[in-house]
Parts: sequence; C-alpha cells; structure tokens
Amino acid sequence: MAVDNKTVIDMAHLARIAVSEDDIPKIASQMGKVLEIAEKMAAVDTDHLEPMAHPLDAAQPLRVDDVTEADLREAFQAVAPSVDKGLYLVPKVIE
Amino acid sequence: MGSRCGVDPTTIRQALMHQKTLTELAIGLEKGEFSSVELTQHYLDRATAHASLNSFITVTPDLAISQATAADARRASGDAGPLTGLPLAHKDLFCTEGVRTSCGSKMLDNFISPFDATVVSKLGEAGMVTVGKANMDEFAMGSSNENSFYGAVQNPWATDRVPGGSSGGSAAMVAARLVPAATATDTGGSIRQPASFCGVTGIKPTYGRVSRYGMVAYASSLDQGGVIAATAEDCAMVLGAMSGHDAKDSTSIDRPVEDYRKVLGADIAGLRVGIPKEYFGEGLSNAVGERVLAAAKELEALGAVLVDVSLPNTELAISSYYVVAPAEASSNLSRFDGVRYGHRCEDPKDLEDLYKRSRGEGLGKEVQRRIMVGAYVLSAGYYDAYYLKAQKLRRLIAQDFTQAFEQCDLIVGPVAPTTAFKIGELSDDPVAMYLADVYTLSTNLAGLPGISMPVGLADGLPVGAQLLGPHFSEARLLNVAHQFQQQTDWHQKIPAAFA
Repeated sequence: MAVDNKTVIDMAHLARIAVSEDDIPKIASQMGKVLEIAEKMAAVDTDHLEPMAHPLDAAQPLRVDDVTEADLREAFQAVAPSVDKGLYLVPKVIE
Repeated sequence: MGSRCGVDPTTIRQALMHQKTLTELAIGLEKGEFSSVELTQHYLDRATAHASLNSFITVTPDLAISQATAADARRASGDAGPLTGLPLAHKDLFCTEGVRTSCGSKMLDNFISPFDATVVSKLGEAGMVTVGKANMDEFAMGSSNENSFYGAVQNPWATDRVPGGSSGGSAAMVAARLVPAATATDTGGSIRQPASFCGVTGIKPTYGRVSRYGMVAYASSLDQGGVIAATAEDCAMVLGAMSGHDAKDSTSIDRPVEDYRKVLGADIAGLRVGIPKEYFGEGLSNAVGERVLAAAKELEALGAVLVDVSLPNTELAISSYYVVAPAEASSNLSRFDGVRYGHRCEDPKDLEDLYKRSRGEGLGKEVQRRIMVGAYVLSAGYYDAYYLKAQKLRRLIAQDFTQAFEQCDLIVGPVAPTTAFKIGELSDDPVAMYLADVYTLSTNLAGLPGISMPVGLADGLPVGAQLLGPHFSEARLLNVAHQFQQQTDWHQKIPAAFA
C-alpha cells in the first residue's frame, strides 16, 4: 500500500519523532512496503476467531494493594537529564 | 614442569580453558583445576584480544574480578552451586545495576541502570560472573546486528558476514569462545537465528518462563529471555537458574521449574518428530534444507519417528508479527522521552521539541520506522483492520501448532532460509530481512519454546536446525538436542581464528 508524505508527517508527530524532510519519501516508501505485508491478512476470514493477546491466554494477576517497593527516587533521578529538588525539569509548559 | 618445551602443564591447560564447555568448566572449578579468578581473567583477556569482533558493548573487568573473587571465597567455604564462578555476558538489554545498559541505542548510551533485571539477580545469586554486556540490534529490532549504535558485529566464522540478530553479540562471543555462555532474548527469532548463524546452541523458552522484569521491552507479548551457549547441556544449566515465577513480571507463569539437566540422557525412542512441509518449500536454500533433513534422519537413527505435519498459516506469521510487534513497540518505546533518563536534545525550545528531537536524535532509523508503523496500525480507523486482525491471525497460527502437536511431540525445521549473509547485503532492504524471519516468528506468536542447534557447515558457514515443542516442553527440547549432540560434533567446532 502506498504511504504518502503526509501520513509519514502525521505518524512522526503521533510518535513524537523529529524526522528530517529529506528522509520523508524514503520512510514513506519503506512504511508502504511493511504495510503491504500486513495487508495480506485481509484475505483471511477471521470472523470466528477471538483475538489473542497472551500466548497462554493467562489472565492478569492481581495483588494486594500494599507498598512493596522502597523509595529509590535518588537512584532513579541520578540518571535523569535534568532534576532539581527531586523534580524532573522540562521546558516551561504553562505561560 | 617436565614438558618438552619447559612450559608448566597447568599453564597450558589454563591457556585452553575456553575450549571447554560450560559444563566442563564447572567440573574444572569443582576439582580445583583453576580458580574463578583465573578463568575470568582468561576470558577477559580473550575479550580484549578479539575486540575487533565488536561483540561486546561494554566489558566489565573490575566487576568480573570482584565477583570471581567472591565466587572463589564461596567455593572455599563449601557454599558453591553448580554455576558458581562461571563467567557469562548479558545481552545489553538486561538491566545491570551500576553498569551501562544501552540496548544498542544512542538513546541509552548514557544510561547506568539503577537496578538489576531479575535474570541478572538470579544468575548473580547462583554465583555467575558478569564479564560484560553483549552487542545487539537497537532495542532488539533486527536480524543482523547491523542496527546497533555501536556498529555491526562480525561473525567469527567469516568476519565479513553478520552474526544474525538481534542477539548477535551474544551468539558471536559464544562462537568465538569469548564467554562460555551469554543471555539473550527472542521476540521473533532473536536467540535462534543468531545461534544458527554462529554455530552455537540457543534456547528460547515458553513465554512467561523467564522473568521480563528489567529486560527492556520491545514487544511485551512476544519478548522472552533465554540463553546461548556451546551445547544443550550448557543451556540447560543456565536456563534452570534463570527461569521461574517472578511477582515483578505480571506475565510470568507460576509453575515449578523442571530440573533440565536431570532429564538429559532420557531415551528418545518412539518420540514423534514432525516435519512441517511449509518449512521446506520455496525460499529455503538447498544447503540448509539438506542439512536440517540430515539432522532429522539422525534423530530417526536414535529411535525417533519422523512424521509429516502441516503449519498452513506459516507465511501469515510475517504479516501478523510485523503488525503486533511494531504496535507494542510504539507503546513501549514511548517511555524514551528525554525526561527521566536517556538522551536529551540540546536547548529544547518547548516540551514537544524536547520529545521530538530527543527521540529523533536518540533512536535509529529501523526503530523509528517500527514505531511509526506501530502508531499507524494502532491509529483510529485502522485498529480493527490491522492490530485486531493480527491478534486474530495469531490465534490461527497458534491453532496450527496445537493441531500439529496432536500428531507429533516436537517439530524440527530450519531456523533461517540461508546461512549468514554479508554485512551490508540486506541492510538497505528491511522488508527482505523481515521475510527471512519466516521460520521463527510463529513460535513467538504462539508463545512456544524453541531451541536452535548446529547441524552442519555449508561453504564454511554454520547451519542450524530448530526444535519446537508445546508450551513448557523445554526439558524435552534440551534432551533431544543433547542426544543429537552426543552423536554429532558440530557443536564442538570452533572457528579456526578463535580456537
């Protein structure tokens, strides 16, 4: 299936990935080839089939709502690009 | 002393330690023929001497020697287990506390993990020594290891060829005997295919058998950890120690782990081995097909009964996989946003710019493409036609196996259509590379275990066959591979430059 440049721009925005304008036609062509493989699925009748999300059809286990983890904020924030007083810093989002 | 050239025989023995299997090294440690520190130093020296293979992203000599020293002390106090003091490397997507865990990505080039993956803790508790982190395709997306930020890995059998992927570093380093074993993961063939390309043994267990906690996620419903080593017996040792229920992974299965080594040696007479006709059709190279069938004949000679089976939806696995995996990847990899860890772009002008440029700069082309395909198949209006449809096909593919396993106890087939291809040969054509995954993808979609074992050489390059079994048949697969390896010597072959 053909993927146009606009679709690439939309998907790159949805995925929050900056792509260079020069790369867009190549990405469009490669995405098109991948989706071509996916389209072979359409020919198969799957009306009677339940979608399979877990290979063993296991249900999501639940646990008691107890605190089980220690506070590792400092360790986790040691690898953050920018932190201050325990907070992750990003560019200003509210004027 | 007393040898003709005046070299101490102990020195000679120690210089050849890497020619031993993990199982033999365990015996050597137990008998006191060498210490874990000596063994570890030997492998560290080999990693340095063969750095040009590029199989390691990080070598951890200080950590390794301190763990080896602790292992020797543990042995001295009579507290050693079977794996205590044996070196291994972890694929660089298993989080290792205090050590860079890069996933082969620029995004995580600066990421020093604050915690250990469950697999890393379990093998650490067993006393295994971490000598480093193995190279891999970025975020495990690839079948050639060419998608690594740290560069391609060379195949030790022919250095102009790929080792396979995504666990290419793990397979190459075991083949070159730079480690006796390495952890690996398999989302669509990423343990079995590189094991096949490098002439080593690799097992991908049943989905849920090995904890995914601390294993950086690519496609969560398909990802599964396992191990690559020289022999099935070696794999059995490590897999037993890394398997088991983990409350920290909600998809982990609560079921006892068998003693995989104990069943090695069980007679396979009467075992029904299925040969799926779809795995031997168009696209399979003659060289690979002949050797895989010869391996099946070898199993027959051991008493197994060969039966023809059919997996009619094999081709559709490619379609289903390349929808399900990118969809899950697009969701999983949204966590790499330049805020909490990983790469952040310079001088972001606003939050959106921060996200977009951090991800645009930090993620490689193949990863970006899969994320965008995933975003597409999950987007409004396409979800039913792509993602839901793929999940339904997945059930169809799983049903193929259920029906086949009514007629046989395990399936034998090729791992990949060809032997290792040249570096650069397919890197411009991602779809051609996707199509080469045809024999491995369906196993992951169905959550089944599979083992790849060397069954021959074609033009000097290894050929692998895979054995696939029903859920939780790891013990059977390991035993059949072990029985095969008792009769053949392909698993003992070491590329000449690394012997």
